[in-house]
Amino acid sequence: MEWEVVIGLEIHAQLATRSKIFSGASTAYGAEPNTQACAVDLGLPGVLPVLNEKVVELAARFGLATHSTVARRSVFARKNYFYPDLPKGYQISQFELPIVHDGYIDIDLDDDTTRRIGITRAHLEEDAGKSLHEDFHGATGIDLNRAGTPLLEIVSEPDMRSAKEAVAYMKKIHALVRYLEICDGNMQEGSFRCDANVSVRPKGQEEFGTRTEIKNINSFRFVERAINYEVERQIDVLEAGGEIVQETRLYDADRDETRSMRSKEEANDYRYFPDPDLLPVILDDDFIEAVRKTLPELPDAKRERFMTQYSLSHRDAVILTGSREMASYFELVVEASGGEGRLAANWVTGELSGLLNREGIEIDESPVSAEHLGGLLKRIADNTISGKIAKQVFEAMCRGEGDADTVIEQKGLKQITDSGAIEKLVREVLDNNPKQVEQYRGGQEKLLGFFVGQVMKATQGKANPGEVNKILKRLLSGD
Amino acid sequence: MSLDQDTIRRIARLARLGVDESENETYARSLSDIFAFVEQLNAVDTTGIEPMAHPLDARQRLRPDEVTESNQRDKFQKIAPRVEAGLYLVPRVIE
Repeated sequence: MEWEVVIGLEIHAQLATRSKIFSGASTAYGAEPNTQACAVDLGLPGVLPVLNEKVVELAARFGLATHSTVARRSVFARKNYFYPDLPKGYQISQFELPIVHDGYIDIDLDDDTTRRIGITRAHLEEDAGKSLHEDFHGATGIDLNRAGTPLLEIVSEPDMRSAKEAVAYMKKIHALVRYLEICDGNMQEGSFRCDANVSVRPKGQEEFGTRTEIKNINSFRFVERAINYEVERQIDVLEAGGEIVQETRLYDADRDETRSMRSKEEANDYRYFPDPDLLPVILDDDFIEAVRKTLPELPDAKRERFMTQYSLSHRDAVILTGSREMASYFELVVEASGGEGRLAANWVTGELSGLLNREGIEIDESPVSAEHLGGLLKRIADNTISGKIAKQVFEAMCRGEGDADTVIEQKGLKQITDSGAIEKLVREVLDNNPKQVEQYRGGQEKLLGFFVGQVMKATQGKANPGEVNKILKRLLSGD
Repeated sequence: MSLDQDTIRRIARLARLGVDESENETYARSLSDIFAFVEQLNAVDTTGIEPMAHPLDARQRLRPDEVTESNQRDKFQKIAPRVEAGLYLVPRVIE
């Protein structure tokens, strides 16, 4: 039987605030345990949560950037469950009336097509603390620094049909929250993580199959692997005549499998009700319009602009707008090169990306600055050096040997464009290889490459290739 | 609406309340009575009335995003039953 995969994602993005969602405790990462957990975060009796205005603004920014409705009225609710890292016995979240709902984003797929993924809702909530299960004399240690950290939970429609689409969606949301500066996107520190709802159904069937939820996936690679594993598992169960149990599963990256978390099943009745400690959040049009004015140029708009302004292909534009850092690096290169958009795109997506991948570093850690790369491209464009020599210069710049002009000067890499000098060299090459000249003239025109090679060898690659070709052809054609 | 004893067991468990089996019936009756009392509200016509999220007709006040709390861990941990290395210790949670 042919199966269709149905995936929806719930992404938790930690909002970039200085203080917590309902208290004035710091949200800085990496502090000593419990030094940033105040009375409100600890849920001590008599405390009152007061909402941080910044989280409202950041959530609204997300809503506006995803064609969503930013609710004029939203309400906080208590989600009740017991766990030691949740001191109050409930998590303050939003249930019936979230701050953002009914939007979408378009994701870019490998075959250069796009697909629209619906965003059901995005609601504000507080994070829980952290349980440390290492052995503390048979006890569990609790660090509540993270308790009360503001999160935006972004819930998609079940619109994705493969693990690849889920990854593309997650990447797009990741890029978007960073463009919007609402979340630092740091997945290692847990600032951006996701749960995946996965089900399968026979192709053509309208009704959804029973789904499972895979919890707490914190990398793009794991999302793809976890979903693929889970899809295989579900199909195996169904084809063997079994039934899928609706449950929560955990992805184990070491074993590359998902496992049932039965312990959590029973608690799946959260008994939500409006939190009496908090009043409805009312937003007016002035507020929303003021937030709209703070929106930066968004990835899709930037991609369109890159395609027209720099004559880039769709694919290059997608790569170059993949992150805000990448896009601004590219534009700085273009500027420093004197407007060489396509050349800059080739180098940034080619040579530079290769280097970053090899070194395993991000573009803002690049050993070659955008100004230096732009300076190099300028010398290719004005024929000072050939593309081939440019790679040599690039490598020297990577090693920190200075900017392009310095390297070209020091290594004497300037291209020979003087046609008199080149002609002299070409004549020497022809004189030294009479046999090949005869063969060429006898019809073996592919020997042209041989002569070009000889000239290049004699000049250590510095002769202008166009010029060499032209002169060779002229002299060989019987002059 | 009346509650049966299974429901009492279930909601007691969800609320982590230890309810003695012998008291189940009493609870079922008492809670059902409360429901019956509240159900009188269903007789009121609420067409066109927007549900309230809070008894006060007011909007949430917002505070500026500033760190105003200092580290008072020692004070808080003085009243905790068990602490170690800055952590609060609780009975082992098995995943």
